[in-house]
Amino acid sequence: MSIHVEHVTKRFGTFTVLNDVNLQVESGELVALLGPSGCGKTTLLRILAGLERPDQGRIFLHGTEVTDQRITERRVGFVFQHYALFRHMTVADNVAFGLNVLPRAQRPSAVRIQEKVHELLRLVQLQAMADRYPSQLSGGQRQRVALARALAVEPKLLLLDEPFGALDAKVRKELRRWLRRLHDELHITGIIVTHDQEEALEVADRVVVMHQGNVEQIGTPEEVYENPATPFVYQFLGDVNVFHGRAIQERTIANLPPLPEVDSVLPAGAVDEREVTFVRPHDLELNRYRTNSEQFEATVRYILTAGSRVRVELVALESEQTIEVELTKERYRDLALREGEVVFVHPRHRQVFKIPQS
Amino acid sequence: MHLLLKQPSVLPGFGLTLGFALFYFSLIVLIPLSGLFVRTSTLSWEQFWDIVTNPRAMASYQLTFGASLVGALVNGIFGSIIAWVLVRYRFSGRSLVDALVDLPFALPTAVAGITLTAIYAPNGWIGRYLEPLGIKVAFTPLGVLIALTFIGLPFVVRTVQPVLQDLDKEVEEAATMLGANRWQTFRAVIVPELWPALLTGIAMAFARAVGEYGSVIFIAGNMPLKSEITPLLIMTKLEQYDYSGATALGVVMLLVSFVLALAINLLQWWSSTRHMQQ
Repeated sequence: MSIHVEHVTKRFGTFTVLNDVNLQVESGELVALLGPSGCGKTTLLRILAGLERPDQGRIFLHGTEVTDQRITERRVGFVFQHYALFRHMTVADNVAFGLNVLPRAQRPSAVRIQEKVHELLRLVQLQAMADRYPSQLSGGQRQRVALARALAVEPKLLLLDEPFGALDAKVRKELRRWLRRLHDELHITGIIVTHDQEEALEVADRVVVMHQGNVEQIGTPEEVYENPATPFVYQFLGDVNVFHGRAIQERTIANLPPLPEVDSVLPAGAVDEREVTFVRPHDLELNRYRTNSEQFEATVRYILTAGSRVRVELVALESEQTIEVELTKERYRDLALREGEVVFVHPRHRQVFKIPQS
Repeated sequence: MHLLLKQPSVLPGFGLTLGFALFYFSLIVLIPLSGLFVRTSTLSWEQFWDIVTNPRAMASYQLTFGASLVGALVNGIFGSIIAWVLVRYRFSGRSLVDALVDLPFALPTAVAGITLTAIYAPNGWIGRYLEPLGIKVAFTPLGVLIALTFIGLPFVVRTVQPVLQDLDKEVEEAATMLGANRWQTFRAVIVPELWPALLTGIAMAFARAVGEYGSVIFIAGNMPLKSEITPLLIMTKLEQYDYSGATALGVVMLLVSFVLALAINLLQWWSSTRHMQQ
């Protein structure tokens, strides 16, 4: 089921949670709404579900406007962050709930419901748990029950509100891979809300990055990671070194530390514009000797060798800004770095954003 | 040999506090109650049986326990509705209503009895409109029922209210998302969560009503075999210096109350362990 969100605005009191949001999701896509807490992603999801009403704007599901439609008519499955299982019901009863509350005319026979519950529990790999109560399950198992319960009514659209947010890192990783496989199997349109960039980039076909009620960027995981459209997206997706600078006419004088002649050159006449330069830790190169004019000197403060890559923390000599660099193990061995040494830092790739003067 | 009760603990003073608790409990509860049994034991078994199965006594049990049970059930329904309104809706005067719920707790029961009698008497505010309809409240078992309902209300409201407050809103939303209508959500999701607390509240209201004296005697009219409650019968016997007879009835009340207290505790235990919290 395709989704079309048109100029949706939502306020809670004087606080604008969603500010003129537009979004298009194609049938069968899995889209992640990504952003820090309070960015409005959950509110957008709840509006799609019908649990909240937008103050302005319209929602179309599969080409039909549903802005004023009741929840039950939307055929939408919803998975909550804290599972929201019915704790006085067994796992099987939880999954069967959506079928049991159907009007008698549409309700399948008891036998058919039982079969269906079995099918779904097999899908979420919990056949053995059918007679347990939610309190007897682990967090990951509970969320799988919640997912099976949502799928029981055969929704055309599945909405997941931080489904793995309450789980520990390892289970979370497992479950999101599993969710991705499940999605590929069922071809159901899905929207997943998350504040975990890794999760969004790994699981989704497209990522919608949100910030303070606005959509900052929409694109494939690769697009948003490689070509962030705004400073916020750059900072939110992955670690980054931020250098503040000032552009004066055709030359940029980056204050901290000097990174002259950045990619963009200001037109002559434009004076005194502030700008920010972003460099990812793995895009910074370390050298023992000066090789070109773009380098600056920094003292190695701390080396962290645990993990697949080596993380080096340095302090720029001139500006005393802390800089994070990521090296491969090989490069680290070649350099034979030691804490306290002074080395040359050089950005291989960077992105500059102008900050409009207010 | 160490006492088995004693387990190593970081908290000091186990022996002291346990000793004090037992002493205090004996002083306040056990000794007075055992006095009841000692006094009753001066009667022979036949005498005891005669007193407690006397038609007047039997009628009083029927009224006391019957009216208490009906009152508790009425409170179960309307108390839940009050708790629901207090928790779920925001309206001006809500905290006032919330405070008023406790009034039957705080009000001297005699005051409650006199007030109820004044209102429901044939010439009272409400009584005068019920009179033409042929409904007599004051000085009938119906009056007893109203008094017992009055004093039991806070128990149901105060046990149901916190449970309603803690009810996870997401669970109701989940039910709605799965296609349940309001009634289905209420019946299948909210009631099961509420049930243990509601049972406890009803049981407590019932227990309180069984022991009620002050508010009932004014409105009941106290006609033997008709509108006489057991506590009043005990009082009557005391006034006639029939101490053994009074304690015999007291023993019956005590045993029933004990069974009830036990039942309440079981209900509470059941409600707290039935499903471990998520």
